[in-house]
Amino acid sequence: MKLAIRGLSKVFVTGTGEQVPALDGIDLTVEDEEFLCILGPSGCGKTTLLRIIAGLDSPTAGSITVDGEALSGPSRRIAMIFQEYSLYPWRTVLENVAFGPEVLGKDREERRATGRKYLDLVGLSSFEKSFPYELSGGMRQRVAVARALATDPAVLLMDEPFGALDAQTRNLMQTELQEIWKKTQKTILFVTHSVDEAVFLADRIVVLTPRPGRVREILSVKKCPHPRDRTCSDFVEIRRHVLDLIAGGSAD
Amino acid sequence: MKKPIGIILPILILIAWEIAAQAINNQFILPKLETVIPVLLHPTVDILGTGSLLHNALVSLERVGAGFLVALVIAIPLGVGMGWSRRLEAFADTTVQLFRPIPPLAWGPLAIAWFSVGLSSMVFIIFLGAFFPILLNTIDGVKSIKRTWVEVAQTLGATERQILGKVVLPGAAPTIWTGLRVGFGIAWMCVIAAEWLPGTTSGLGYLTLYAYNFGQMQYIIAGMISIGIIGIAFDILFRWVEDRWFAWRGLER
Repeated sequence: MKLAIRGLSKVFVTGTGEQVPALDGIDLTVEDEEFLCILGPSGCGKTTLLRIIAGLDSPTAGSITVDGEALSGPSRRIAMIFQEYSLYPWRTVLENVAFGPEVLGKDREERRATGRKYLDLVGLSSFEKSFPYELSGGMRQRVAVARALATDPAVLLMDEPFGALDAQTRNLMQTELQEIWKKTQKTILFVTHSVDEAVFLADRIVVLTPRPGRVREILSVKKCPHPRDRTCSDFVEIRRHVLDLIAGGSAD
Repeated sequence: MKKPIGIILPILILIAWEIAAQAINNQFILPKLETVIPVLLHPTVDILGTGSLLHNALVSLERVGAGFLVALVIAIPLGVGMGWSRRLEAFADTTVQLFRPIPPLAWGPLAIAWFSVGLSSMVFIIFLGAFFPILLNTIDGVKSIKRTWVEVAQTLGATERQILGKVVLPGAAPTIWTGLRVGFGIAWMCVIAAEWLPGTTSGLGYLTLYAYNFGQMQYIIAGMISIGIIGIAFDILFRWVEDRWFAWRGLER
């Protein structure tokens, strides 16, 4: 599934009527089964871009098409994973994962089977009866990933999903996400402000400028094979290049 | 009672009561402990021809139950609507704020005029007492729902109806429950006073007023203690359910 973003702009209007441009003329094509990281400093509108693709915000100008078909509002083919813990605390882990199939009207047996399948994928089968507050931060995000996958979307949007985790858990989650991506063959749009995370995960990295967000550069990381070694020379070189881009961007 | 130390003061009050009652030695002002306790120990014995303590308590509870149920059925859907839709809130909020400060009992004369004496007018007053705490807590609970909870449901394809039923209502449930607990407490206070309205012939409130006409202070105090005990019992019940069902609210990090 191919996601095409053309001339996308977003202007927020504050309470005092002031216009604040958040995104300015974003052009971006995401290929099928691609892992694309969107990288930029805080306030560059990267979360806004993701929210617009998810159908949670509407653009001021521009369009998004999925396989040539215009997108308006939330779509079943696109699922989103949020930074903050978004699990339903009154539901068990399995009921959380089965939420998508449930609202799509699947019967109890089917949605439990689907839920178990994706819990197994994220390695949390033995926690299906637990409640979210009984889990660690990393485990909760894995449940959130399983929940997003359970409706079998073509595209996964991830908004700094590991931002709240400690460094060790974060590295572990990045590796696991890589494996999940390979197994499920989803298209992933991953927003982060961590250069290291972007270089480790992505096929391509889209670097945005500070507010208003524009595409500064799109660079390929494909010459580094997965699983990536953070100390290999290509990795270090790309990382340095991206860091220079961002440092240059904020000096503007 | 959280700590054993809390039991000391009630015991001291009981002792002081008994000493004062012995000193005053006037059953019409302060009955002695030994005249009140037997009344409480025999809740099924008829009192002055009005029926037993237990019977009157059940009558009062029935009225509270009816008024509370009506309040709940109207306040929760309205509260969900007002918490969810800014337009509905803007439309109804001023009216709610205008009616809320009027004490339920101030409606007494109107209640009698509209519904005549009896069950309906009492249920109406109890309804008013329970309605506002339930409504306001429901609105507050719905408004404090995490935005991402709703957005997750939207991205997973839930309809607005599903979002209300599967996300908003369960997410607001702990706060709504608090509203029910507070509402029930106020309803219980209202029933006692509503039973003082003319034309009433039963209930714990009626019992205390009726006993006053005969100067039977021990029945008044026994009635008051029963009212207190029933109030506490329901509060404990509500809290117990809260701890069991809504433990997630306190444990969420």
